[in-house]
Amino acid sequence: MSYVANTEAQRKEMLEACGVSSMEELFSVIPIELRPHSFDLPEGKSELEVFTYLSGLARRNYSHLVYFLGGGIYDHFIPSAVNALAGRGEFYTAYTPYQAECSQGTLQAIYEYQTQICRLTGMEVSNASLYDGGSALCEACNMALNATDRSRIVMDGGVNPVYRTMVRTYTANLSIEFEEVPFILGQSDRESIFDALNEDTAAVILQNPNFFGVMDDHSDIVAHCHDRGVLVVQSVYPIAMALLKTPGEMDVDIVTGEGQSLGLPLGFGGPYLGFMATRRKLVRKMPGRIVGRTIDRNGHESFVLTLQAREQHIRREKATSNICTNQALCALRAHIYLSLLGREGLKKVARLCVAKTTYAKERFRLIPGVEVVDCGPVFNEFAVLLPIPAAEVIGRLIERGIAPGLPLGRFYPGMDDLMLVAVTEKRTKFDIGRLAENVEAVLCQ
Amino acid sequence: MPVIFEKSVPGRRGILLPECDVPIMGEIPEKYLRGQDAELCELSELDVVRHFSELSQNNLGVDTAFYPLGSCTMKYNPKVNEAVANLEGFWNLHPFLPQLDRGGMFTQGAFQVMYELEQLLCEISGMKAFTLHPMAGAHGELTGMMCIAAYHRDKGNRKTEVLIPDEAHGTNPSSATIAGYRSRSMPTDKLTGMLDVTELENLVSEETAAIMLTNPNTLGIFNSNIMRIAEIAHRHDAMVYYDGANLNAVLGKFRPGDAGIDVMHINLHKTFSTPHGGGGPGAGPVGVGETLEPYLPISRVIKRTDGTYVLSYQYPKSIGYMSPFYGNFLIYLRALAYILINGKEGLIEVSENAVLNANYVMHRLKDVYALPYDRPCMHEFVLSAARQVEKGIRALDIAKALIDYGFHPPTVYFPLIVKEALMIEPTETESKETLDAFIQAMRDIAEKAQADPESVQSAPATTPVNRPDEVKAAREIDLNYPVKRDS
Repeated sequence: MSYVANTEAQRKEMLEACGVSSMEELFSVIPIELRPHSFDLPEGKSELEVFTYLSGLARRNYSHLVYFLGGGIYDHFIPSAVNALAGRGEFYTAYTPYQAECSQGTLQAIYEYQTQICRLTGMEVSNASLYDGGSALCEACNMALNATDRSRIVMDGGVNPVYRTMVRTYTANLSIEFEEVPFILGQSDRESIFDALNEDTAAVILQNPNFFGVMDDHSDIVAHCHDRGVLVVQSVYPIAMALLKTPGEMDVDIVTGEGQSLGLPLGFGGPYLGFMATRRKLVRKMPGRIVGRTIDRNGHESFVLTLQAREQHIRREKATSNICTNQALCALRAHIYLSLLGREGLKKVARLCVAKTTYAKERFRLIPGVEVVDCGPVFNEFAVLLPIPAAEVIGRLIERGIAPGLPLGRFYPGMDDLMLVAVTEKRTKFDIGRLAENVEAVLCQ
Repeated sequence: MPVIFEKSVPGRRGILLPECDVPIMGEIPEKYLRGQDAELCELSELDVVRHFSELSQNNLGVDTAFYPLGSCTMKYNPKVNEAVANLEGFWNLHPFLPQLDRGGMFTQGAFQVMYELEQLLCEISGMKAFTLHPMAGAHGELTGMMCIAAYHRDKGNRKTEVLIPDEAHGTNPSSATIAGYRSRSMPTDKLTGMLDVTELENLVSEETAAIMLTNPNTLGIFNSNIMRIAEIAHRHDAMVYYDGANLNAVLGKFRPGDAGIDVMHINLHKTFSTPHGGGGPGAGPVGVGETLEPYLPISRVIKRTDGTYVLSYQYPKSIGYMSPFYGNFLIYLRALAYILINGKEGLIEVSENAVLNANYVMHRLKDVYALPYDRPCMHEFVLSAARQVEKGIRALDIAKALIDYGFHPPTVYFPLIVKEALMIEPTETESKETLDAFIQAMRDIAEKAQADPESVQSAPATTPVNRPDEVKAAREIDLNYPVKRDS
C-alpha cells in the first residue's frame, strides 16, 4: 500500500487537466532503454504485518543488558517529557527554518539550545549542532586549519580513538600533516605535546575527560599553544560539564562533543548530536547553521538563521563546510533534557556518576587478581587490569546479562588485558555488586 | 514569547533523581572543578512542557500544513515509522555491543535491518552495494566523493577537478572541495533545462575526476542523455556521481545503476519519508557500482552461509570511518518500515502521484506565473515571479503571503539560474483538495500583486513575527541569551 490520497477518479481528472491520457505519458521523457532492468521488490504489506515483523527483529537484540559499556556513548536516564515534547509533529515534521515567520518554534528552540551549550561549556558562541561528536571534531579541525592558514594537526592519544580515525578519513584528501601523541596512562602528556608543536601547527586536539575517563585541567597546554599561535580544540563530555572546569575557563578556542548523553537513546549508533562552540572572534569560521535574535518590521523580538554567507548554499565551493542541515531534533531533545534537569538536576546526575564510579572502583579492588588503573581522577569511566584478556571476560559476562565494559586492546595495541568500565546514574549499588561478583566468578572458573 | 531562561525561578525543580545508594560520594579535586555553576534554567516539569508546547505552535510542519518546499520532499511521515523506532530492542541497543567478543550474536535483529535495507536500496537503485553510514545527504555526497578520490589515488590518476551543472545544490561543489577537488560549473541549456552535452564535451578532460548530476535536476526536468553523459565521463576515466535528492520522482521508472552511474546517495528523509526533524537528523546512504565498491566506508554487514550476520572490517581499500558506528540507525530503520509497507507497487505509485501532483499544479498556475522552462515536469517545477516583479512583488513576498493562507511557502531563489524562483514540490501524499486550495491561494496572490501590491508586501499578517531584520541579525550578532546575574 502507499500513502497516496487521491482516488482513481481524481487522478483521471488531474491527468485530463494536464492534457495527458495516462500516468505513463507523464514519464514519456524517460526513454525505453533507460527503464529499469529489474525492480524485484516484495509486495506491500499492512502496517500491522510490518510492525509485527520489525518487533520480532527488535526482540532478537539483547537491549536489556545491564550496561557498563561507554566509550563516548552512555546509558543515561531520559525523562518521559523529552519524548513527549520532541514527538510533537509540529517539531519533527518541519524542516530547516528558512521561512522565519512560520518557524519561530524551531528557531527559538535552536537559539535557546545554543545558549545552553554556551552556558555549559563557558564558551561565547555555539552553532545549531552537527551530526555527532566525531564529525564535529573533524569540522573543528577544518575550522582550525582555515582560521590559522596552517597545515598541521597534533592529536592527543587520549582523544576517543574512533574520532581520531574519523578525522583521518575526513582529511585524507587535503594536504594536512598529522601527528598523534602516544597515549600514556593518565593525563595529557605535556612534554610530548609541546615537542610536537612547530610553526605549521594549526591546532592541538584534546579530550576532557579523556577516553580512559581521566579528567584534566588543560589551561597550561592552552597557554603554551596560544604563545605559538596554535589553537586548542577540546572534545568534552557534556554531563561532566556540570561540575568540571569548563573549556571557557581554560581559554580553549573550539569545543566539540557528543550530545547523546543529553536525552538521546543509545539507538545502535544514531542519530546522535554533535555540538560545537567557540570564541566570538571565530564565529565566521564556524560551520553549520546558526540562529540569531533580531527584531521584525514591527519591532518584535524574532529569531532567524544568520551568518549564512559562510554556508554551502551561498558560498558553494568556498563554504566553511559542506554541511547543510543540523541535527535539529536531536538538539531539541538535548535542550528539553537540560531544561527539565536544570541547574541542580544536571549537577546531581554528574555527582551520581562520580559517586557510583568511585564505588565501582573500590568494589573492583576487592576482586583477587584485578587491579584498578589509578592514573588520575576519573569522572564516570575507569580502566581495570584483568589477569586474562578483557575480551574473554566481556564475552562471558554478556552471557550473564551484563555488558561489563570495552576491551581497550581493540583501540590501544598492547592493552589487551585492560577493560574500560563506565558507570552512569542508572546503575544501582546492586548492579555494581552483580558486576563485581560476576567478574570474580568468571575469573575463578 | 519569552525565552526559557527568562522563566527560570531560583529554587524551582523539575525532574527528581534517585538518592545516592552507594556509601561513597567521591571527591573531585578542587583544581578540576568549574568556578561557577552553569546558568541552566530552574523550572518545573509543567513549565517546561508548556514552554515547548507553545514553541511547537509557532511552527508549521507537514502534520499541520501543506509544505511544498521544493527539493526537500516534504511528504507525510507515517506514524508507524516512529513506533518502530521507539521499540525497546532498537532504542536501547549500545552500538559497541557487536564489537565485543561474541557481542554480534546479541544484535542480529539490528544487523538484519541493515542488511535487508541495503539489499532493497540496491534493487531500487540498480547499484551493486550500499553503505548506510552517511548521516545526511551532504554527508553521503562527501562519502561518495571520497570513494572517487580514493579510486583515482589508487590508480595513480592525476585528477584535479569535478564538473557540476550550474543548477546543482550548493552541497555538490562544497563536498567536492573537501574531497580535494576544484569545482567547475557547467551551463544548463536554456531551452531544454538540461545539462548542455556539447559544453560537457568541451569541458571534460583527463583532469576530470568526476561529474556530479542530479536527475531529475533541480528544475524538475529529467535528463534523457544521462547514459551518454556517463559514457563521455568514462572515456576519460572520470566517475559519475548521481545526487539522489530527487529519486522520489523515478521509483520503478529509472535506476541510476542501469545508466552507468558509479556512485550515488539517497536522502532517506526525502524519498523514504523519514521525518525532517526541523532540519535533521537525516540519513544519506551511498550506493556504488563494482568499480567503487572496495572503497566504501567500514564496517560493513555481511551475511554468512549459516544465515547469521557479522560486521566485517576486511576491506583494505576502504576510505575508513565516516560515522562513529553504523550511521543513523533509528532513521534508516524508519525507511525500512516505509519501504516494506509500500512494497513494489506502492513505490511506483509514490513516483507516479508525485509527478502527477506536480504537473497538475504547474498546469494550473502557468497562466499567472512565468514558467521559464515550459516542459513536462517530474516531481517538482520552478516558477518565476518575473511578471509580479513589475509591480514590485518579489518571490519572497509571494512566499510570505502564502503563510497567511495556511501554507508553508515553496523554496525561493533556488535554483540560482532562475530569477525570482519559486520551486514547488507538492509530493504524492497531498490530495487534490489541498492542491486546489493551494492553487487558488497562488492565483489570489497573483491577482493581489496586480490590484493591491501593498497587501502582498506587508504579508504575513497572521504570524507572531513579520519579516525579521536579517541584516541586523548578521551585523549585531546575538546568538545566545545573556546571563543576567543579580547584584
